[in-house]
Amino acid sequence: MKLKSRHILALEEMPREDMELILDTAQSMKEIIYRPIKKVPTLRGKTVVTLFYEPSTRTRTSFELAAKYMSADTVSIATATSSVQKGETLKDTARTLQVMGSDCVIMRHPVSGSCHFLARVLDVPVINGGDGMHEHPTQGLLDMFTMREKKGRLEGLRVAIIGDIYHSRVARSNIWGLKKMGASVVVSGPPTLLPPEIERMGVEATTRVEEAVRDADVVMVLRLQLERQQRGLFPSAREYSRLWGITRERLDLAKPDALLMHPGPMNRGIEISSEVADSPQSTIEEQVTNGVAVRMAILYLLLGGGEEK
Amino acid sequence: MVTEKARIMDEEAMRRAITRIAHEILEKNKGVEGLVLVGIRRRGVPLAERLARQIEAIEGRRIPVGSLDITLYRDDLTLRSDHPVVHRTDVPFSVQGKKVVLVDDVLYTGRTVRAALDAIMDLGRPALIQLAVLVDRGHRELPIRADYVGKNVPTSRREIIHVKLKEIDGEDAVVIEEVA
Repeated sequence: MKLKSRHILALEEMPREDMELILDTAQSMKEIIYRPIKKVPTLRGKTVVTLFYEPSTRTRTSFELAAKYMSADTVSIATATSSVQKGETLKDTARTLQVMGSDCVIMRHPVSGSCHFLARVLDVPVINGGDGMHEHPTQGLLDMFTMREKKGRLEGLRVAIIGDIYHSRVARSNIWGLKKMGASVVVSGPPTLLPPEIERMGVEATTRVEEAVRDADVVMVLRLQLERQQRGLFPSAREYSRLWGITRERLDLAKPDALLMHPGPMNRGIEISSEVADSPQSTIEEQVTNGVAVRMAILYLLLGGGEEK
Repeated sequence: MVTEKARIMDEEAMRRAITRIAHEILEKNKGVEGLVLVGIRRRGVPLAERLARQIEAIEGRRIPVGSLDITLYRDDLTLRSDHPVVHRTDVPFSVQGKKVVLVDDVLYTGRTVRAALDAIMDLGRPALIQLAVLVDRGHRELPIRADYVGKNVPTSRREIIHVKLKEIDGEDAVVIEEVA
């Protein structure tokens, strides 16, 4: 079994077979996280570098731990304390890391398409940890893993994504992935935060959150990026919360066994109430665990084999 | 092209071998106290289940059975360009202090068993580990031996031993195949 993709850059481009292979492999990897000795020797001697130009708790730590559990060596570059501050270019930074023996580079960068650029200038596999507003493929995969694990399938699920869709790479990756796997997606948010013609991605769009969550199998809540308020995209966090915040009442409009998801970090009380975030329907913590399993699977499938003959 | 050369065990022969191995395990370990079976995926798992049922029939007690996937512990991953499929390891009990009997269908170079030993050690510290195999075909590349053997079958390296199990292949048989 082999991935068709050489890199993990975008779910828009990833063949369905690759998604299924990653999800199936992650299923088998997940139990390693619960062992007393969280270590398998598979990637011994491989070096994985995370290069993060934006802050991150979950994604970066998740990749680091996934690599360490597989016995790989890891290096994490936080660009705030690196020579990027001296003006070093992305290409030079990445190639410097490559020639030190890195086997894989995981990057998060504020510019959409930056990981595609990196994949062209490096010889090693590149994993997109989030590029601008474009995609966050490993988040999409772990979200789909969570849904598939809980619901037994992705085909035919109705998934509602609520929040700032315009700026969300998480939403985009989820939309591409879910559509490819046969689920249907409806998005909702303030009109200023819904991309124009989003329907062209094959999703329903509504500014009324009640319409979106009604009879949904999954309600996925996105973080309201409060800094957007400075740009006048919404009047106040309180108004957003009143109109689009996912509360018990709104969640009850979905199916009774609907999943409540959030990529994290949460603004409790704004886009999501603590009541639902901490309820049995919430998969928020399990998404984080699943993220490690999915990233272990990706590292295994990218690095765990031999050279192309 | 692969052709079947000979059928060296039929359903009856397999049943008798498993019965005998079950008795041998109980004799050597003086009963079921602290005894657990761990089948090596894939075909070791149904064999371990059959042994557990035999042991239950003899001693009246059901012992724990786990399944071990050794893909992540293989020593040949960097030599392959494709990835073996990873299945789940499911050992829902502690191996600490237990007498673990590893179960596999065929013992050949011994590298699978070496990987299984590493995998078990990562789950805890057993009191001892023994090995039960249905067929030992020789050609060891590591100093590994089985404690319980269904049948010794000398083979050449061009031959393939294929253990067919009802649970996976729809029939019970051990066949020798040759690569033409």
